[in-house]
Amino acid sequence: MASDRSGPWRRAAEALVIPIAALAAAMVVFGLFMAALGQNPLEIYALIYKGAFASAFSWQNTLSRAAPLVLTALCVALPAQAGLMVIGGEGAVVLGGLIAAIVGHLLSGAAPTGVKVAMVLAGMAIGGIWIALAGALRQYRGVNETISSLLLTYVAVALFNHFVEGPLRDPSSLNKPSTTYIGDVNMIGSLPGLDIHWGLAFGIGFCVAMHVLVRYTTYGFALRIVGGNPRAARLAGLPVTRLVLTVCGLGGAAAGLAGAVEVAAVHGSANASLIAGYGYAGIVVAFIARQNPLAIVPVAVLVGGLSASGGMLQRRLDLPDATVLVLQGIAFMLILGSEALYGRLKLFRARVA
Amino acid sequence: MPVAGARSSGQGRAVDVEVLGMTKRFGALTALDGVSLRVEAGSFMALLGENGAGKSTLVKCLVGYHQPDAGEITVAGRERDIRSPHDAHALGIGMVYQHFTLVPSMTVAENLVMARDEVPAVVNWQAEWSRLTAFMATVPFRLDLDRPVSRLAAGEKQKVEILKQLYLRRRFMILDEPTSVLTPAESGEVLGMLRAMTRAGEVTVLMITHKLREVMAFADDVAVLRRGKLVGKGRTAALTPGVLAELMVGTREIPRSHARKAGGPVEAGVPSLVIQDLKVEDDAGRLAVDGLSLTIRAGEIVGVAGVSGNGQRELVEALIGQRPTAGGEILVGGEPFRATRAEIRRHHVFSLPEEPLRNACVPAMSVAENLSLRNFDRPPQSSGPWLRRGALRAQAERWIRAFGVKTPSADAPMTTLSGGNVQRAVLARELSEPVSVLIAANPVFGLDFAAVAEIHDRILAARNGGAAVLLVSEDLDELLELSDRITVIFDGRIVHESATAKADITVIGRCMAGHHAAAPAPSPARA
Repeated sequence: MASDRSGPWRRAAEALVIPIAALAAAMVVFGLFMAALGQNPLEIYALIYKGAFASAFSWQNTLSRAAPLVLTALCVALPAQAGLMVIGGEGAVVLGGLIAAIVGHLLSGAAPTGVKVAMVLAGMAIGGIWIALAGALRQYRGVNETISSLLLTYVAVALFNHFVEGPLRDPSSLNKPSTTYIGDVNMIGSLPGLDIHWGLAFGIGFCVAMHVLVRYTTYGFALRIVGGNPRAARLAGLPVTRLVLTVCGLGGAAAGLAGAVEVAAVHGSANASLIAGYGYAGIVVAFIARQNPLAIVPVAVLVGGLSASGGMLQRRLDLPDATVLVLQGIAFMLILGSEALYGRLKLFRARVA
Repeated sequence: MPVAGARSSGQGRAVDVEVLGMTKRFGALTALDGVSLRVEAGSFMALLGENGAGKSTLVKCLVGYHQPDAGEITVAGRERDIRSPHDAHALGIGMVYQHFTLVPSMTVAENLVMARDEVPAVVNWQAEWSRLTAFMATVPFRLDLDRPVSRLAAGEKQKVEILKQLYLRRRFMILDEPTSVLTPAESGEVLGMLRAMTRAGEVTVLMITHKLREVMAFADDVAVLRRGKLVGKGRTAALTPGVLAELMVGTREIPRSHARKAGGPVEAGVPSLVIQDLKVEDDAGRLAVDGLSLTIRAGEIVGVAGVSGNGQRELVEALIGQRPTAGGEILVGGEPFRATRAEIRRHHVFSLPEEPLRNACVPAMSVAENLSLRNFDRPPQSSGPWLRRGALRAQAERWIRAFGVKTPSADAPMTTLSGGNVQRAVLARELSEPVSVLIAANPVFGLDFAAVAEIHDRILAARNGGAAVLLVSEDLDELLELSDRITVIFDGRIVHESATAKADITVIGRCMAGHHAAAPAPSPARA
């Protein structure tokens, strides 16, 4: 019997090289696109780098933008372990933010630490319930979770707008309807010594914890069986419904936490700034990371950096703010397309003796 | 290609087809062995045989999917070389499959037009419509051309399939179990229509079937294949179902099982698996298993014979937890069994489902991970919530050695293994721990001789170790060799049961074909 121990290494190298190559190809295509508009692609690459990673300030900007993406990407990557394609993280974000604002307002006056913990937990709880709802619709009613989670987002946004512009509106918020400010003492604030809010630490912590959960626990192993072949999971007697609901709950909790942190650490109240597409950007991040919780962190930083550099392109070259979205879109398409290459490149194929 | 259909079909369109000395090998397996068969123009011939007898191979050679290794095909008196389905179509040979090939969302008319080999980029619907209407006037039944296929009943869909062949001006029509998805009434109607068309000389029909009742009622001639050889043919009128059943299953000796020799008789013990009045629905919501009862004791193998599609798949899936039950009860060790992980573990229930890669493995996970599907959450593979990968790997390497699984390494993905090695890996997982109940379905399907012998030995060893084994198989020889008792499933029920030592092959063959004591009255009598 032949023994080829290089197999796992080949697969790891493959998982690394293919998305990086796809990203590089996206940069080239984007460069051609910019050249067609009469811009110098090299200058644009330089500006993107400058805007994203060149200075302490740009790093701060990048990491602050990456923080919610890390969490919303988990909302895609965790259900994906069980074979579910959930794209409704946006709904969990806005509801998490809304509930955090409500809790912060209702508890104002209580011990600040308690208020902070309550806001975060409430955000996670509502986000988890929201995405678990999509999972339940699938398990009990056979509704496709991709569609239901997307549609649930519209419901969530409608609920959010109703409360923020109606019953919970702070009368003093004139141009931009907002809930009442939760108060300075209740703000979660920044990481010690940095100008980056706690969301980044929560996000990285969540990713590491989920990586451990998926890779090193029996729960994660069962999840991967369900994701890899539901028939085999049933043969093994695994509680498929329970696994699906809990993993949806975990993913939703991550997205809900993102919303809660945006309110409790950035805005101080729930308003339309929360509906910024974090949930959707998280889908991109999760796919580029190939649904690997640990890979989400660097990818989110990259995508956060791209969006941070948008302002720079706008100011320096008079390009529209959406320019980096074009790059993001191209990258997403190429990454999805590159999925077809896995297992087909000779370089990464294990030699079977 | 000229537009089909407008011309009224006349006497003598049907052609005769003859095969001479046809042989087809797949690797070491000889699927067809010097078969010679003549189908007269305008006749209705039934092709009978067990699974794997070579029926599909024969017709696939006729429609150009396979190239025979030896032998020739004569169509309408001229020798022809059929290299592709396209060649077959040009000669007027067409095939109707067991499952529908219509586009559900399109209308009957659209399906017919789109079925042509060459469809113009812009379809002149007005012209097509008048041609279709004229064509419909020439066929012996009415169908609304404007109805979407999705709104047709199964029998009507099968009629459209046949209609399609006529519309494409096929003169020799091969049907592969055309009634397997139809109700008895629908079957009678469709087959009656086919017979009427052969009588009118429009087409020649060659129909693969398992149902003796249909053969007796509708076919003019019948040919029987067994193990790739033509073992009998004749006019249906001159034959009886009993003779046909005997031809199908052959007159074979019941082998004396080597296990019974080697391991000595194991006294059959307490009932381990009791199935009471079980009802299970198929994907379409029909009762595929309809009031099935069966008891299996510790230390015996109970074989379930039957033509595929009589509820075997649904029965096995219900037993191993892949399909909900619609009624009745499954008891294991005297307790209700719903295939939860706790129950499976408590009662030591294991299974060897068919298509192991699809049913029992996670293709993308490694061999080691797949081998631990049953026990990854028990020490030493786990400790508390933690998975112990070292222990997982150690177990895998032990079992890979013990069962001779050929794999690059324990970490290779399951998909890199050959079919035989996937089955060996599943065997290792399912038979390495103490087994009380074993559910096996076609466990050696598609495997080579050596693998078959090995797997049979392992199943017998499990029985000798006191396991109650339910063995569902389409291979009668396998059942006769392994089973202590043999039963026959038909229409979702057990219709026959006997000790294998006293089994009467002819009776089993007849029961498989639906001719058991409690058979429903035969449908339309011969004209």
